[in-house]
Amino acid sequence: MITAGIDIGSITTKAAVMAEGKIRGTKVVFTGYNAEQAGTKVYEELLAELGMEKSDVGRIVSTGYGRNSVKFMDKAMTEIICHGAGAHYLNPRARSVIDIGGQDSKAIVLDEKGKVKNFAMNDKCAAGTGRFLEVMARALEVDLDGFGTLSLRAGDPSRISSLCTVFAESEVISLISKGENRENIIAGIHESIAARIAAMANRLRIAPLVVMTGGVAKNIGVVKALERKIGMAVEVSEYAQVNGAIGAAFLAAGLK
Amino acid sequence: MNKMPEIVLFFLAKIKKLALHFKKKKKMKEIMMVYYMEAKSARISGRKVAWITSGGPVEPLIAMDVIPVYPENHGAMIGASKMGTDLCEKSESMGYSSDLCSYARSDIACATVNGGPIGGLPRPDMLICCNNICGTVLKWYEVQARYFNVPLFIFDTPFCHVGYAEEVQRYVRSQLDEYVLFLEKACGKKMDSDHLKAVGKLSLEGQRLWQAVLATTANSPAPMTAFDAFYHLALIVTLRGTPLVIDYYTQLLEKMKDRVARGIGAIPNEKYRLLWDNIPIWPRTRWLSEKLASHNACLVADTYTSAWCGTTKYIDENNFFDSMAEAYTRIYLNIGVDEMARIVLEMVDMYKVDGIVMHSNRSCKPYSLGQYDIQKIVEKERGIPCLMIEADMVDERSFSESQVSTRIDAFMEIIKERKGA
Repeated sequence: MITAGIDIGSITTKAAVMAEGKIRGTKVVFTGYNAEQAGTKVYEELLAELGMEKSDVGRIVSTGYGRNSVKFMDKAMTEIICHGAGAHYLNPRARSVIDIGGQDSKAIVLDEKGKVKNFAMNDKCAAGTGRFLEVMARALEVDLDGFGTLSLRAGDPSRISSLCTVFAESEVISLISKGENRENIIAGIHESIAARIAAMANRLRIAPLVVMTGGVAKNIGVVKALERKIGMAVEVSEYAQVNGAIGAAFLAAGLK
Repeated sequence: MNKMPEIVLFFLAKIKKLALHFKKKKKMKEIMMVYYMEAKSARISGRKVAWITSGGPVEPLIAMDVIPVYPENHGAMIGASKMGTDLCEKSESMGYSSDLCSYARSDIACATVNGGPIGGLPRPDMLICCNNICGTVLKWYEVQARYFNVPLFIFDTPFCHVGYAEEVQRYVRSQLDEYVLFLEKACGKKMDSDHLKAVGKLSLEGQRLWQAVLATTANSPAPMTAFDAFYHLALIVTLRGTPLVIDYYTQLLEKMKDRVARGIGAIPNEKYRLLWDNIPIWPRTRWLSEKLASHNACLVADTYTSAWCGTTKYIDENNFFDSMAEAYTRIYLNIGVDEMARIVLEMVDMYKVDGIVMHSNRSCKPYSLGQYDIQKIVEKERGIPCLMIEADMVDERSFSESQVSTRIDAFMEIIKERKGA
């Protein structure tokens, strides 16, 4: 059976199509202000790319903050269950998932079958999320894609002590005006995110193998900083950003 | 009294008649309406009004015919009527930090504008502050004592990490005598110790009845939810020690027993049973109850409403006055985390719950501190999951619906998975 997963996040909307347990294709678009439109668009475009018709798809699961805004899904499931399922599908040895998305971050502990044992989410604050990085990238006038590699060249990461995105931004601006180099500031920002995430993950007592999912997993600087803070290796799949959509498509196949 | 204008006497008679009428019907809304009307007309009826903290010893006030008024209960009413954010903002413009308790902030602001759902609380003649629930109340009551220029009595209950030491008993017990002296001076009359004994007996009986009402939810399906308990709680908090409380809870208990006998549940299809920890998110109780009911989940019990009947074991029926020192000192918020966890575990077993929903309440530090430890202990000892919701009891600015909604959905997915549904 062909199944689809649609993950409507606060910044991007992702779709994945699977057939007989294999990934056939994935796609990412910006969510914008209309979650329903983004969900429909990413789904239709992916089907067109794959040369498929809507009638070919047996079942659809939606997830993410906009999971209830599309009407064509068979079931809406939370991103926690979907990220767990996606991580387990991509790597059955995964026991912990750290997902950093646009507006929240979460740590998930899995059993050997990929079922969620426990989870924790960031508190009501943008620090430690993808949005935090976006704000910092704007302040530093650096393209977000360059953040990871730039930070690896840092000699002495700056200290960003504020827990609040808005205050951290002004900290960054004052570091810029003091002439601190960009690499150090970016590395400091990554350290600050990693410290927040590590506190949440340790509270949950995560165990190896740890995988990281969500758009921020593309940032090698955050991944390395996180490895140092939790003292465990962190694996990132090439599908990290679409992990939730893959999980949704995978779970769709098992729906009764 | 004889100097009162006729119109006032007419008004008082009306209230009395209304009060009698409602006392017979025993509906919470009407009882509370009459209670606040009586308190608000205390000045013309010649009675005294005392503001008192929610965990404070109210029985001596009842025995002296002083009307107790609860700023915290008022705070809950402000929260439930979604008027908290405006009042919190008002207090912040007066110079109070947004990190302070939102009951304190809304009460302090409300006193200056007579706002909120009942146009402000009646002016106090005295303030009774017991710090068994938190430390904020000290400064909060000092602020109000200055504002209203009335005497303040501070009843200091040392924190009991484990057990209850002899010197603590002596210290707290001696303050009860000072409390009586304070009241005698403020009211200009002597305490009638026989009457106080009778009030003590009624208080204990009321607490036992309240415990019995709450215990009916150990049945499955639960005849009422914790959301109902949040509502029915008002009387045991405000009027314990009066016969009204006995009548009300006797009737409620009968009703619940009848529902149990007929197998009527509070929610249509109870499949999952949950325990609530911390003060309710007052502006969001309806939303939350509908959200949980949509998952066939019922909040069957909570650590909050049971706090007003959790120390009956320390009370000596025949010596209420001496023994209430211990009962008021060893309440849920004035004991160590291990003790709190033990109580939570007992509730987990008694109410056969599948999970715990913890409200990490931005306002209430003593209640929220230690929740992660309790969570760990419960997960280890009973293997049931705990959900943490970050919010506030009154201030809606600390609530994010989509975040909380996602957490509840994910938590329920885990519980359903575990129960194999």
